[in-house]
Amino acid sequence: MPLLDRSGLKVETFARAENLDDAAGDIIVPWANVQAVLDAGAGNHRLGVDIPNNISIDEILPLADKLDLISVPFPSFADGRGFSLAKQLRDRGYRGVLRAQGKLITDQFAYALACGFDEVEPADEVFARQPIEQWLAALTRITNVYQRGYDGAANILDQRRAARAAKAAQGESKEASHV
Amino acid sequence: MYRYDEFDERFVRERVAQFRDQVARRLDGSLSDDEFKPLRLKNGVYLQLHAYMLRIAVPYGTLASRQLRQLALIADRYDRGYGHFTTRQNMQFNWPKLRDVPDILGLLADVEMHCIQTSGNCIRNVTADHFAGVAADELEDPRPTAELIRQWSSLHPEFSYLPRKFKIAVTGAEHDRAAVKVHDIGLRILKHPQTGEIGYEVIVGGGLGRTPLIGKVIREFLPKDELLAYLEAAMRVYNLEGRRDNKYKARVKILVHEIGVEEFRKRVEEEYAKLNGPSINADPAEVERIAAYFAPPTYDKLPGDSKAYVAQRAANTAFAQWADASVFKHRVPGYAALTISLKTIGEAPGDITSAQMRAVADLAEKYSFDELRVTHMQNVVLPHVKQSDLFAIWNALREAGLAEANVGLVTDIIACPGLDYCALATARSIPIAQAIAKRFQDQQRQRDIGPLGIKISGCINACGHHHVGNIGILGLEKNGVENYQITLGGDATENAAIGDRLGPGIDADEVPDAIERLVEVYLSQRLKDEPFIDTVRRVGVAPFKDAFLAKDSSKTQEAEHAAA
Repeated sequence: MPLLDRSGLKVETFARAENLDDAAGDIIVPWANVQAVLDAGAGNHRLGVDIPNNISIDEILPLADKLDLISVPFPSFADGRGFSLAKQLRDRGYRGVLRAQGKLITDQFAYALACGFDEVEPADEVFARQPIEQWLAALTRITNVYQRGYDGAANILDQRRAARAAKAAQGESKEASHV
Repeated sequence: MYRYDEFDERFVRERVAQFRDQVARRLDGSLSDDEFKPLRLKNGVYLQLHAYMLRIAVPYGTLASRQLRQLALIADRYDRGYGHFTTRQNMQFNWPKLRDVPDILGLLADVEMHCIQTSGNCIRNVTADHFAGVAADELEDPRPTAELIRQWSSLHPEFSYLPRKFKIAVTGAEHDRAAVKVHDIGLRILKHPQTGEIGYEVIVGGGLGRTPLIGKVIREFLPKDELLAYLEAAMRVYNLEGRRDNKYKARVKILVHEIGVEEFRKRVEEEYAKLNGPSINADPAEVERIAAYFAPPTYDKLPGDSKAYVAQRAANTAFAQWADASVFKHRVPGYAALTISLKTIGEAPGDITSAQMRAVADLAEKYSFDELRVTHMQNVVLPHVKQSDLFAIWNALREAGLAEANVGLVTDIIACPGLDYCALATARSIPIAQAIAKRFQDQQRQRDIGPLGIKISGCINACGHHHVGNIGILGLEKNGVENYQITLGGDATENAAIGDRLGPGIDADEVPDAIERLVEVYLSQRLKDEPFIDTVRRVGVAPFKDAFLAKDSSKTQEAEHAAA
């Protein structure tokens, strides 16, 4: 399946595997197996995990330091749970790679990045209709957003605040020059 | 009222361009029909029975004259010369072509309007008390809060693919005119009983539809500046835990009902405790910036009762009667808030022609500081008119065919579009409303009956809010025939209540008689000046039920007579 981030297509370095023996390089294992893999010691492998999207992040956080990548599924583009999971993982300190995997569409790319995802692994069927150009173009549609505390596009509230501060500073310096 | 700054302007323009691109990508096959559907819905474009329908946001029901004139232009150019105000203070056009929609959105953007999130599984257009800034019982104007939420919820990266739609309403008054207890989240502005600080009571899990439920308080007092972070926590719990296996169980009310309000509150508070509030909330200067747009207009200093108005009332009974029904007391002496009825007998509730839109826009410009409100009762309000201008306004409204003296009365009926337009409907609503209005059109009788809210929905989704009608009517389909269930005792105010069903459903042509029998019970049971809903509360449903069912007994008697 293709892999992309905000700068374009990426080379996939991870392979999905049931356990350490199944692949030589970086692997993504199912959530059910991750504890066993960690217990065995991941060695030189970079380790990722496929989580279900109905999991509580409280189950993931104790292992988060040991996970190089967390892949969050979107079984349907209409299922927005993954956005909240990513936002929670980022807010609670997860610094590894966050991947959105599944049936996302280009119109959700900016949302995914804003919620803390680094990359998207879209379904082949979707990517066949929505090539990389459309994914990148989707990021240019909306310049500013209204929400504070999300990544990506600059937020309007802080820009208004900065404009107010600049105006106030200008006013002060004017007053000073009068004196 | 609120005016766009450079950021709002650019945002809405970019959203129009984005939708234009989405339409193009649907046409070239990049987007499947399934994928395009929520994208068009989030821009207010529905596929109805006969055509596309476009739902335009009127945030918290506030409109300027130039905006209403633009709606009139769109009605003439792209529709059939009229529009329809909805129970969520929005405007719908029933006949636009899909290819015209991007151009219509451009015209809307020209007057700082849009269709963003008037449908779809996202946070919908925020509604508020239509007498905001007018009512004497108001603690604080709810519209700055509603505007803050409008901005915050627009294209929200995390909450645009919710389990189901999400409706927020705000009131700042003692008397609830925004139906906050039947919304997914209702906010009531209040003063902290000890400190006097302004904040919100947060109500969650109200709603109508298949499973009508009254909302429950999850936060007695939320400090005003913590609003957005708290909403983020509540929305996150819903987004993660709301049911996605069954569309009819996906609203937050079902989650609250299934896990219990205590557990829901606990989960929201746990999430809230982990958030970094100051990084999410709007700073007070931003809240002040928005609030400044809603500062009261510059009223003239007038005596409490206009002498001219008193004289005109005395000289003209029809005018006095119209004013009695239509005028709401303004907090400023000498002024009035005027409700214009869009319930002319024989017309579809909430419909307004382009000529009427222009007439109303002219009146707002001339007499009401250029401002209008749309009510969830599907009427229009001129919020700040001088009492001394009411007579001139009445004459202008008569010319425009908008002087029906029935606001709040039995013929001021709320109805969804029903089977005449809607793809979901199981029965017609508009003809039922028209038949009841005709039956009760006698002015004297309407006034004698007094305040009585009838609400009609053409299917179980309850867009006509029938559950909270003093008399509610739900149109269903039974063996290929339209069939109407009647409920009694519903209330959308601070005394929110879901109506009780009176008995088996009845045929369309039996509805006016059934309403008549209920009204007769009321008239025979009421105490002096007691409104319909109070009588129902005092005497209970039983006598009404008996009268409702009397239809069958009279039939049975006839049958017995025939047999004898």
